[in-house]
Amino acid sequence: MGILEGEKVTKFFGGLAAVFDVDFDIDEGEIVGLIGPNGAGKTTLFNLISGSLSTTGGEIRYQGKRISNLKPHQICRLGIARTFQSVNLFGNISVFDHVFLGSICGTASRTKAVDARHKAATILELVGLPARKSELAKNLPLGEQKRLEIGRALATEPRVLLLDEVMAGLTATELNSFTTLIRQIRSGGTTILLVEHVMQAIMAICDRIIVLHHGVKLAEGLPQEIAKNQKVIEVYLGTDAYAER
Amino acid sequence: MDYGKGLWTKSFFSSLLVLFLATLPFYMPPYTPLAVTSILMYVVLTVSWAMFCGPTRYMSLATATFFGVGMYTSAVLGERLPFPVVVLCGSLGSFFIGLLTGYICLRLRGFYFAIFTFGLNELVRNFVLWWEGRVAHTVGRWVVLVDSLTIYYYMLAIVVLTVLVTFFINRSKYGLILLSIGEAEEAASHIGINVTRYRIVFFALSCFFMGMAGAVMATKWAYIDPRIAFNPVLNFTPVLMALFGGVGKMYGPIVGAGILTLASEILLSRFPYYYMLLYGSLFIVIISFLPDGLVGLTGRWRRNRGTR
Amino acid sequence: MSIKLIFDVAITGLIMGGIYALIAMGLNLQYGVARVLNVSHGEFVMLGAFITYFAHKIFGINPLLSLVFCGPLLFIVGFFMYRTLFQYLRRTSGSLDVFEGRSMLASFGALYVIQNIALMWWGPNVKAYSYLNYPVRFLGLTFEANRLAALLFTLVLILVFYLFVVYSKAGKAIRAAAQNEKSAQLMGINVPAVLGFCFGLGSLLAGLAGSVVSMMQEITPLIGFPYLIIAMIVLVLGGAGNILGSLLGGLILGGVTTVVMYVEPGLSLVVSYVIFALILLIRPEGVLGR
Repeated sequence: MGILEGEKVTKFFGGLAAVFDVDFDIDEGEIVGLIGPNGAGKTTLFNLISGSLSTTGGEIRYQGKRISNLKPHQICRLGIARTFQSVNLFGNISVFDHVFLGSICGTASRTKAVDARHKAATILELVGLPARKSELAKNLPLGEQKRLEIGRALATEPRVLLLDEVMAGLTATELNSFTTLIRQIRSGGTTILLVEHVMQAIMAICDRIIVLHHGVKLAEGLPQEIAKNQKVIEVYLGTDAYAER
Repeated sequence: MDYGKGLWTKSFFSSLLVLFLATLPFYMPPYTPLAVTSILMYVVLTVSWAMFCGPTRYMSLATATFFGVGMYTSAVLGERLPFPVVVLCGSLGSFFIGLLTGYICLRLRGFYFAIFTFGLNELVRNFVLWWEGRVAHTVGRWVVLVDSLTIYYYMLAIVVLTVLVTFFINRSKYGLILLSIGEAEEAASHIGINVTRYRIVFFALSCFFMGMAGAVMATKWAYIDPRIAFNPVLNFTPVLMALFGGVGKMYGPIVGAGILTLASEILLSRFPYYYMLLYGSLFIVIISFLPDGLVGLTGRWRRNRGTR
Repeated sequence: MSIKLIFDVAITGLIMGGIYALIAMGLNLQYGVARVLNVSHGEFVMLGAFITYFAHKIFGINPLLSLVFCGPLLFIVGFFMYRTLFQYLRRTSGSLDVFEGRSMLASFGALYVIQNIALMWWGPNVKAYSYLNYPVRFLGLTFEANRLAALLFTLVLILVFYLFVVYSKAGKAIRAAAQNEKSAQLMGINVPAVLGFCFGLGSLLAGLAGSVVSMMQEITPLIGFPYLIIAMIVLVLGGAGNILGSLLGGLILGGVTTVVMYVEPGLSLVVSYVIFALILLIRPEGVLGR
């Protein structure tokens, strides 16, 4: 029984099944990748886990307890944090205050303002933004905005971190530093679930990969296995170039 | 939320202003406190409107409703209870109705929230009109009289209280929380903020002060009826004043309310015939040419980064 | 419960419903298409009523014929208002939300201006005229001719407008612009012109409704506001952008409020609001919304 489990998770929008009968079992400390073509249901699944959406069927469990129909702020306090597909920051709030807010509002037990400030400073160091702490979020370039989103999520002391296409739009250098950052976060004990299109990153970081297609789980396994999986190749990867690593 | 730099200067000048206003009756003719009372009323309404609607970006058009609740509390309880208690009851009444209203309608998004609150005032007005006619068998009510000087000092105290509360909210984590709700509600809920609870509570808090002002002002106007107490003008005026002053900084609503009330008092006394015409035109001009309010103007002059 | 009473309620209900439908469709054209929540809309109803009144009083013109100039006159006023004020606001607003907020507030200023001008020119006193005030026998019952005329007039107007919106090219362009401006533009529809036209058209409808109102009740410069409130309720009921929804919503609300008016007069507006609140909370897109 892993830290985050899903059993027959289903979500219907009207007559359309965005996610259908999806099972998953994430162990603590893993980095699991979630891939699939656009519209496969990846972000919907994230939304179901984080509480933005409620499930139509099935169950999601965190540390053995059912979280399927809790509100986002409750799920955050339990220890699941996320970033968003299109960066969702508080434009007119400073970098420091983003992380400060996360620390003071999102932790399981009350955090005092003084401690929250210390923690915010530490996290800003981790994500590489201490120099920008007074800057308003709307004035940051994309790469830094993504770091800030991660930092804000980390401030809530999550056991599980959901990263939604965090690598999209980054340069090669940035990709490298993000990869390092994610590994650092994991070595701190956080479990990571990663939705990505950037194959290079996924194959490099993930312990395991789950593939979704039209809302259904198509395949699951080690990166090398997925790279060789015929069904996945047909649907998504196009060639088996990655199998040769 | 950096208040460090100018904080001592601002506090000093603010205290000076309060002192000046507090001692006003001693060296100004008697009608001055009366006129200033109106200004104080608008300042309270504008600041309490901006307390919630500024950071969260909701456009509440129900200020008159909560003000009116305070007025009616005063009218009903005025004979039986001492004045301070009546004022407190008016505030609490508005607070609880604010909680209920907020619970019902804060889930609505921008446009729908605005017309719901707009309609709410009409609903309450018509309902009270019907109730007074059918059940209480009266049209309006007389309010226990309180002398103008007491009213003046009460209003001054309320202004100070409202401004102080707003100030401390903005400085605290609650100010950040409200801002985050206005900027990106979904993200805010994902970092542990119980958006619903904070929205409702702070909305009700702003209603508290509106009710407080209503309870006091009822004694000044002495006679109230649903048309007076739930006057739709009071729904839009604080919004206009807040926008005129600018919602980015805290003193914006205060300055906006002060200047506009003064201007309208002058207009009313000089051109009673054309008053509405001029007032409406002023409205249009301000909306058209001052989108960021006065505060925004000073921002542009000093070439600061924008306030919003 | 006599047959006469039922007929009375029915006729009044239909007339009121027709008036509400016209005013609401007008408001819907202005908000659903031009995105302006025109709080001064009620004042156009008032203006329409006064124009009809004066036309009858001074020139002896048949109120039913006043639509010929009443509508176009108010169309021009509304169109002018849009092109000068709201188009400017739209240009200078960063986002649609900001524009909606500012234009609503600006229209509030316009409300004051129009109301004040009316008060200055015509005074606050009540005015009324009597027209076609003779009884007519129909189905063995007696009705007033003016009420039947008003009913016919309203229903004809609504029918004409309905046909226009559904079947004419202009009507289709309007509905397209209401649903999706960008796509409409890509289809070759001159959206900016449509917006101004729609706004004016909305004022036209308000004016025509005002004509009917002047046949039914006494008028003062202050009668506009309650009609605005009702129009907003119907707008929400039928769904913003859904012109036909406003039509149906207006008729339904007219019927409901008339019934309530016969039972407990002071509560008719209250009942409308409660319906309004319930709809907003349960289904903000409107019962018939998109």
